[in-house]
Amino acid sequence: MKHYQRWILAGMMIVLPCLARATDRVLIPAGEFKMPAVLSKKSIPVKAFYLDRDPVTNKEFLEFIKLNPEWAKSKTKRIFADKNYLNHWSHDFSYEDSRYDKMPVVQVSWYAARSYCFWKGGRLPTIAEWEYVALFPFPGGPPLQSLILEWYGKSSEWPLPAVMSGPANSAGIYDLHGLIWEWVEDFNSSLVTGESRADSALDKNLFCGAGSAGAADPSDYAAFMRYAFRSSLKAAYTVQNLGFRCAQDKEPL
Amino acid sequence: MSSLKTFTIGTLAVLSLAAQGAWASENIKGEEVAVLTDAPAVPPPIQRKHATKVIVNLETKEIKMRLADGVDYTFWTFGGKVPGKFIRIREGDHVEFHLHNHPSSKLPHNIDLHAVTGQGGGAEGSFTAPGHSSTFSFKALNPGLYVYHCATAPVGMHIANGMYGLILVEPKEGLPKVDREFYVMQSEFYTKGKYGSPGLQPFSMAKAVEEKADYVVFNGSVGALAGDNAMKAKTGETVRLFVGNGGPNLVSSFHVIGEIFDKVYVEGGKLINENVQTTLIPAGGSAIVDFKIQTTGTYILVDHSIFRAFNKGALGMLKVEGDADKDVYSGKTKDGIYLPEGGVIQEISTKEPKLIPAKTLEDRIAAGKRIYESSCFACHQTNGQGLPGAFPPLAKSDYLNNNKEKAISAVVNGLEGEIKVNGKDYNSVMPAQLLSDEEAANVLTYVYSVWGNSKKSVSPQEVKAARKK
Repeated sequence: MKHYQRWILAGMMIVLPCLARATDRVLIPAGEFKMPAVLSKKSIPVKAFYLDRDPVTNKEFLEFIKLNPEWAKSKTKRIFADKNYLNHWSHDFSYEDSRYDKMPVVQVSWYAARSYCFWKGGRLPTIAEWEYVALFPFPGGPPLQSLILEWYGKSSEWPLPAVMSGPANSAGIYDLHGLIWEWVEDFNSSLVTGESRADSALDKNLFCGAGSAGAADPSDYAAFMRYAFRSSLKAAYTVQNLGFRCAQDKEPL
Repeated sequence: MSSLKTFTIGTLAVLSLAAQGAWASENIKGEEVAVLTDAPAVPPPIQRKHATKVIVNLETKEIKMRLADGVDYTFWTFGGKVPGKFIRIREGDHVEFHLHNHPSSKLPHNIDLHAVTGQGGGAEGSFTAPGHSSTFSFKALNPGLYVYHCATAPVGMHIANGMYGLILVEPKEGLPKVDREFYVMQSEFYTKGKYGSPGLQPFSMAKAVEEKADYVVFNGSVGALAGDNAMKAKTGETVRLFVGNGGPNLVSSFHVIGEIFDKVYVEGGKLINENVQTTLIPAGGSAIVDFKIQTTGTYILVDHSIFRAFNKGALGMLKVEGDADKDVYSGKTKDGIYLPEGGVIQEISTKEPKLIPAKTLEDRIAAGKRIYESSCFACHQTNGQGLPGAFPPLAKSDYLNNNKEKAISAVVNGLEGEIKVNGKDYNSVMPAQLLSDEEAANVLTYVYSVWGNSKKSVSPQEVKAARKK
């Protein structure tokens, strides 16, 4: 275990003594990158932060619900999660299918995902953070784009494969591509250009004839699909192929 | 001068008022749920003499289906098939449209109907996440046959994967009555492997951007309108085809071999052209064609950009039974305007393609079947029955079964001039097929193994020996 991880864990024990062991969080170094498929060629700076190694599983989410029963299926208000919230779980506090243990949790709303991350002493990653880490390549693996497009080219599977079934990228992060979509903190400001734009101006990027007008590189379809997907969401929505993982600020030392 | 001006302006004003009032004057009476059909079926003509509220429910779904024999593709669909469901409404109708995105979908979808006047043709009002539904409504202002398609970014990819269909807005007075109506939609697919490469084929963006289609098909897959799936009609009937072109890129030169379109509703609109051989259908456009069938035969639908028909799958059939009219067509001459070729590229290659030799007779037959279905069926037909007067049969063929060397030679060296097969004369050309010894042995062994033929097997060595030195 690296020294900073030990520090973080120790810190969390003090702050949140009720917690079970947090998922492994990996330190992502600071850097800057050009967001794929957006008009602005400006580099976006990203501060160093921690990111979960893999998506949150059903088993981990069940722990959260047992300790936070207000997020159980039957207790959650519709404005915080639509009626399909956790619809693959048989009960409020169990899902009776051991295959789900290692499967990423899906059918969770943005509110539920966010609450989980706060409870775990973290937050959802931002679009910029998520896209930044998503650009890290797979050492000796397939090119990112072909990997992503291959996933779009397959019909949905159920149950989903277990987390960490595939290789990690060079940042040590698993499952960013090819398993599920993931919630981000600012999902509804997709297609940002570097300047902050009003949401009302976003829709012009989504419809016929403008679908690629906003793209720096129209051939970057793979990234485009993520923006289109995020744009179709509302915070209370739950989707069969949509889960999440948490991030955490790196405390200034 | 001034009186003329006044007169003109007055007339224009009256005309424009009339045009504006045309649809506004009709009241909506009652409501109904639209009957939607999968191609090649078309919903029944509208009998109503008034506008109504029509409720349309359409589901978007991503599913793996057959693109060609041995080839699968993950299609994105409107209603589970490609093309999407046919929608039939009447001019002046008020349409309440519900788009449902199946929970298993990986992607959001929406719909842009070219029949809609308004933002994005409905795209803006129907953008739907997986597992959700959207509702919007529109008024059918203009009659015509319109394409609809998904318009979610990246638009090209959603269309390339199969998200298109047709919506017919019948004019108030309806369309002239015909005996049979069919729904045909051309589109093309861009796959990682070349035409016929087996397995689940992923979408190739590079090819789509370069507009190099591997498959050009009618109704979503190779053979969707051929053989047992052919459309059927009887002599004396008038047939109407609602033809669309989903693209995403290519323009169709739509033609029916052996028929002349008596009427073409040009581009699916009001203009009627008569006696047309080939009509142009733009990507994202349509045409309605009517023709009366005077005699029997198998009429072949093609995109007359002809390599698409015989090498990429753009071939459909209309089989007509009934009484043959020998006066219209004698049945003894052949239509020799052009000679269709097999699906193999006809050129001299300097390097031998690498092939894994077939290990067993079963392997050979299976490999041969794939070659037959991509290279031979266009002329010799799906069950080897041939086309009378033009292409000799392979099923129970005496020419084939009596002499293996002649059969091999016909494949690898080509065949020209008069021959007799099962007592009938043929005088046609078969081009030499560019097949390796292994491939030729496979396809011949397959042909011998089916349709009541003599079960002979052909080896690559025999093919090698039969080649002209």
